[in-house]
Amino acid sequence: MSDATLHQKTLTARQRASDYLARRHHFHWAEALPWLLAIAAFFVFSNRMAFGSQVLIMIMFAVSLDLILGYAGIITLGHAAFFGIGAYTVALASLRLGWSEPISGIIAGGVVAGLAGLVVGWFMLRYRGLTLLMLTIAFAAMLQESGNLRSDITGGYDGLPGLTFDPLFGHFQYDLYGHTNYWYVLAALAVVFYVVRRIVYSPFGQALTGIRENVRRMNAIGSPVHWRLVTVYAISAAIAGIAGALFTQTNAYVTLTVFDFDTSAKVMVMLILGGTGRLYGAFVGATVYMVLEDYLSKMSPTFWQFGIGLLLVVAVLFARRGLLGVVESASAFRWRTGAARRRFVWKTEYWKALAVAAFDGGLIGFLIGFAGNLGRADRMSLFVSAFPARVVAFIALGAAAGIVINAVYLLVTSRSAVERPAS
Amino acid sequence: MTAALQIEGLNRFFGALHVTRDVNLTLQRGARRALIGPNGAGKTTLVNLMTGALKPSSGRVMLEGRDITSSSQAERARRGLARTFQINQLFRGLTVLENLCLTIGERDGECANLWRPAGSKPSVIEEALDHLESLRLVDDALKPVRELAYGRQRLVEIAIALAQKPRVLLLDEPAAGVPSSESHLILDVVDALDPDIAILIIEHDMDVVFRFARQITVLVQGAVFTEGTPADIKANADVRAVYLGQEGHQEAHAHG
Repeated sequence: MSDATLHQKTLTARQRASDYLARRHHFHWAEALPWLLAIAAFFVFSNRMAFGSQVLIMIMFAVSLDLILGYAGIITLGHAAFFGIGAYTVALASLRLGWSEPISGIIAGGVVAGLAGLVVGWFMLRYRGLTLLMLTIAFAAMLQESGNLRSDITGGYDGLPGLTFDPLFGHFQYDLYGHTNYWYVLAALAVVFYVVRRIVYSPFGQALTGIRENVRRMNAIGSPVHWRLVTVYAISAAIAGIAGALFTQTNAYVTLTVFDFDTSAKVMVMLILGGTGRLYGAFVGATVYMVLEDYLSKMSPTFWQFGIGLLLVVAVLFARRGLLGVVESASAFRWRTGAARRRFVWKTEYWKALAVAAFDGGLIGFLIGFAGNLGRADRMSLFVSAFPARVVAFIALGAAAGIVINAVYLLVTSRSAVERPAS
Repeated sequence: MTAALQIEGLNRFFGALHVTRDVNLTLQRGARRALIGPNGAGKTTLVNLMTGALKPSSGRVMLEGRDITSSSQAERARRGLARTFQINQLFRGLTVLENLCLTIGERDGECANLWRPAGSKPSVIEEALDHLESLRLVDDALKPVRELAYGRQRLVEIAIALAQKPRVLLLDEPAAGVPSSESHLILDVVDALDPDIAILIIEHDMDVVFRFARQITVLVQGAVFTEGTPADIKANADVRAVYLGQEGHQEAHAHG
């Protein structure tokens, strides 16, 4: 036995426990990976950097959502409100006030969105669950409609095109390929992410997790729950605002569509896809979603939503904790397989589960097919010629996917369930 | 001497239902009082009124001489009023140690800090581990609470209340669901607490009640039925009638 293992054994449970907490916030080598990949992407896909910047912006937006959804358990489908506030802050500052310096611009976007988050959060966060969900949707919709009413200022749905911003640090010009923008957004993301990471591992971050886990207990131990929630909501709003500001700056263009329900829903899908409450879930989810959307929409401009939908079905059925959660389980599974593997036994309930999965998959396939048809130019065909063939195909595909996915899921879960008593 | 916790003329209605009826109850500093009564007597409602989880329809709650009737639960907790729940209310996804560290952090106001890493204060971790040690939970310190057996979770519930360093401690059936091999642990820990702390325990197990309590309050149908020392209560024929009489009544029905 080596000295190291001997030492490990002599550590008391007490020391192990305190060591764990004391080290928990230290950087892990794997945390360098997403950043190295982002840098590598610049050299490998240097002609796609405009798209790359958009991915990084969506990552930042998803990180802001993770802070409130993944950590504090605040459920929202209106986070685009703050993204939009940030986006319009820099747009209007540049257009109406001639304030075109980019870095102070994103700070201003963050501050304005953060203040909005503070005020709105103070009112809304007395509620939880569905009520809160409705309020967040309503707030974003109200902003969008107000913007539409004053389209003389906001440009309405036509937007404010041709915005100009000063060179970065008065020196770096924006090039056609978006190279400058990419580094600019990446640096901003790094700063924001560092702040979020500090918050998550701070005592405040612990309190947020506590609120997510059990509000009654938080009240009983004397936590000012409402203020904790308002604080984190404002911080998250500020980060969403910074992402929105970067969005305007990198596109030199903004329209009221930034407030779309679609934007709020999309960022939530990205986060759930990647995994909530685990910081890097936003990186995985936003990247996978954006790349897939880009790729599929080029391959099939009418069908691309099916791919996204299928991925969601997979995520919901198979990866409740998101893609990153799967990676974690997979590595945990590998550790556990040292114990004897048990053979998988088919039982009636598994067959029932598969039947349910097939039905669910079919239903989801139908909905996706239906939604896909809605997006087409010839909407009438929805109920006429295109309806049977395409939608039936979707139902079949969805059902098949449901069966396959659930079979794999059952195999994995039943095996680990069988193993547990042995350990 | 001001009482640790005093409630005066407390009433609570749920609609037309009069659940708490004009209750007066005083916990002196260092009190060891048990609150007993048949099911549905309103014991937990009374605790909820004390902690602020419910607001009284009328009456006053005083904590160490201060009127806290309109204070929130969290304010009362910060002033030194701690409770355990009849059914565990824990941070199930967090480890046992994190449950304790979070409690200590909120107690000390540390949780307003957004920048310092939570694990960077050894004193907090040490204190948390001390509390865990007193309930023999150190071996489970790094396990998520949800992986613990219910009885073990019950001990975490107690550990959290102790970590709040309360002046007044309300224990709502602390031993319910704890295997008898471990229930003595809870009482040992409670016995070893600072004698200055006022403790009110709700308990059905009469052995626990008579071992622990120096005063007993009997609650029946939302009102204080009687108060006294364990010896008084044991000897009280009316109390026996409330408990036994009811059962006798039910048995008569069952047989009839």
